[in-house]
Amino acid sequence: MEALSSLIGGFGVLGDPMNIVYMFVGIALGVLIGVLPGLGGANGVAILLPLTFSMSPVSAIIMLSSIYWGALFGGAITSVLFNIPGEPWSVATTFDGHPMAQKGRAGEALTGAFTGSFIGAFIAVLLITFLAPVIAKFALQFGPAEFFAVYLLTFCSFVGMGRESPFKVLAAMTLGFALAAVGIDTVTGQLRMTFGSVELLRGFDFLVAVIGLFGVGEILLTMEEGLAFKGKSAKINAKVVFQTWAQLPKYWVGMLRSAAVGCWMGITPGGATPASFMSYGLAKKFSKNGKNFGKGELEGVVMPEVAAHAAGTSALLPMLTLGIPGSPTAAVLLGGLLIWGLQPGPLLFVEQKDFVWGLIASIYLGNIAGLIVVLTTVPLFAAILRIPFSVIAPIILVICAVGAYTVHNAALDIAVMLIFGVIGYVFKKLDYPLAPLVLALVLGDMAESSFRQAMLVSQGNMGIFFSNPLVGSIVTLALVMLFWPVIAMLKNRLMGGPRPAAAE
Amino acid sequence: MATETDKSENTVSNRSMDVIVALLFMGVAALVMADSWRIGARWASDGPQSGYFPFYVGLIMFISSLGTLAMTLFTKTPDRSNFVDREQLGSVLKVLVPTIAYVILINFIGIYFASMIFIAFFMWWLGKYKLPVILPVAIGVPLVLFVMFEIWFLVPLPKGPIESALGY
Repeated sequence: MEALSSLIGGFGVLGDPMNIVYMFVGIALGVLIGVLPGLGGANGVAILLPLTFSMSPVSAIIMLSSIYWGALFGGAITSVLFNIPGEPWSVATTFDGHPMAQKGRAGEALTGAFTGSFIGAFIAVLLITFLAPVIAKFALQFGPAEFFAVYLLTFCSFVGMGRESPFKVLAAMTLGFALAAVGIDTVTGQLRMTFGSVELLRGFDFLVAVIGLFGVGEILLTMEEGLAFKGKSAKINAKVVFQTWAQLPKYWVGMLRSAAVGCWMGITPGGATPASFMSYGLAKKFSKNGKNFGKGELEGVVMPEVAAHAAGTSALLPMLTLGIPGSPTAAVLLGGLLIWGLQPGPLLFVEQKDFVWGLIASIYLGNIAGLIVVLTTVPLFAAILRIPFSVIAPIILVICAVGAYTVHNAALDIAVMLIFGVIGYVFKKLDYPLAPLVLALVLGDMAESSFRQAMLVSQGNMGIFFSNPLVGSIVTLALVMLFWPVIAMLKNRLMGGPRPAAAE
Repeated sequence: MATETDKSENTVSNRSMDVIVALLFMGVAALVMADSWRIGARWASDGPQSGYFPFYVGLIMFISSLGTLAMTLFTKTPDRSNFVDREQLGSVLKVLVPTIAYVILINFIGIYFASMIFIAFFMWWLGKYKLPVILPVAIGVPLVLFVMFEIWFLVPLPKGPIESALGY
């Protein structure tokens, strides 16, 4: 039970009262970010990252990850009360959450959503506690070929598991890789794709891209949909909370299933959004009340929230153990680690024990704190949503501009952010996924250098990726993921299923 | 473009937009491949050259965009619905154009006063607010930012002539 004693050590790190303060500040900011359109987990954390440069890494990661938990909780508030998903992963929550609110059961729906979130996160963090040290120890033996294989699996999973067209996933992903390559080549020092421009020497920072893609792009989309927020009012009192809690235990099978879906989708970078949809679909299929789904069934609110929060939390597992984030927000946190001078990956568990276990302990406490904060402050945050968009929008845009500038103290980055905002808007409308773009931009350099190191070791022989059972099976799994759309289509044809309308 | 026949559309259709974006992707991919080829995308005596990895990235981008293009052009169920309604486009531009102006303005007068003008303009133009509502927000937000960044966290933001006249 080495993990348990390390965890207790981690709680010791939290003994510092300032860290608890940062946690509550983070949760409150996170809920606010989750509620506001245009600010979400990924870009919210990206904007606030520069403010943490002066803090100790432990305090900084506690605050930033608390923002993330808060944002995960906050997304549910707008979904239930306003039928507007504050975050993509809370879209599935609107299906039953808003009908419940219309029937005057908003308090029940919100309590169910928050509690579901909490349960999902709790199961995921249990998984992290016991699995992370094992994976980290295992990964210590990884060479460049193994690391590249894991990167490959990460990116191929996007193709295999994404809802979007595989061609579009690949195009968005390679755009991320290409942007990551701009600037000075870290191995040879050669300039790449700078086209003689000094400004391009710095390359494209993914934090600026995240703020533009998710922040400005979201504002443009919201603008298009119109400005009016018409919401239901929320009243949560102790009686409603306990009544709802009394109903929840009977859903335990479904919750475990949703948590399993969420953890799986979070670790492989499927992400919280598909996890919540998948969990909703499964619950609808297996539930006795399946036909009532969409009309205001508590189960339909709880299940997607369990999965979304489990996915959001477990996305930290590969980030901590392998240095490969499972979601854009985890990628931003990873960027933070690099800025504070910590190298994510298996060595983190050996060299920075305090940091890792402090973070894991803070996930436990942060989610308990989050549950309390959201249950008690829902009316307050619902009131914020009643502030008209024409006031909120310019303020959010100003905050985005400030965030983009502070990444490198470069005014040009604000313009770059705006361009990414337009790209994000067009991509969203045409179903190009943003997550692979962001992850490729973050991991591009690392994936490339592990590939080149592996090639150097083998003198250019691709056989190194099948040279031992471990790397071979990861690469094979990656290739299965990559060609999954083709495999699924062939399977469909052989089984006589409906032929896909689009032929290649 | 293949969708010129749509007569009910006011703006571009989703399908045309898909074609345009796929072509843009192919252009970017060609650029990436060309520049990678220029700096060397082959195997040198000491290992892969700098352009080796980006070249194949560009190649995959080119092929996958070709795939999107083919799927869009040859599908039996083309998506001819509007990419964006004229009215929607109008509201998007109403945000985008002032924001572009704001970003340009930052370069001349610094972020604080540019933000003040931006927020005030936005609230007046789109929100139709009166001055007593606009002023507290337009002055308050930059002021809070100033205190938070310049004084509390000591992170300098772009400043212009007005700030330097005030001694910052």
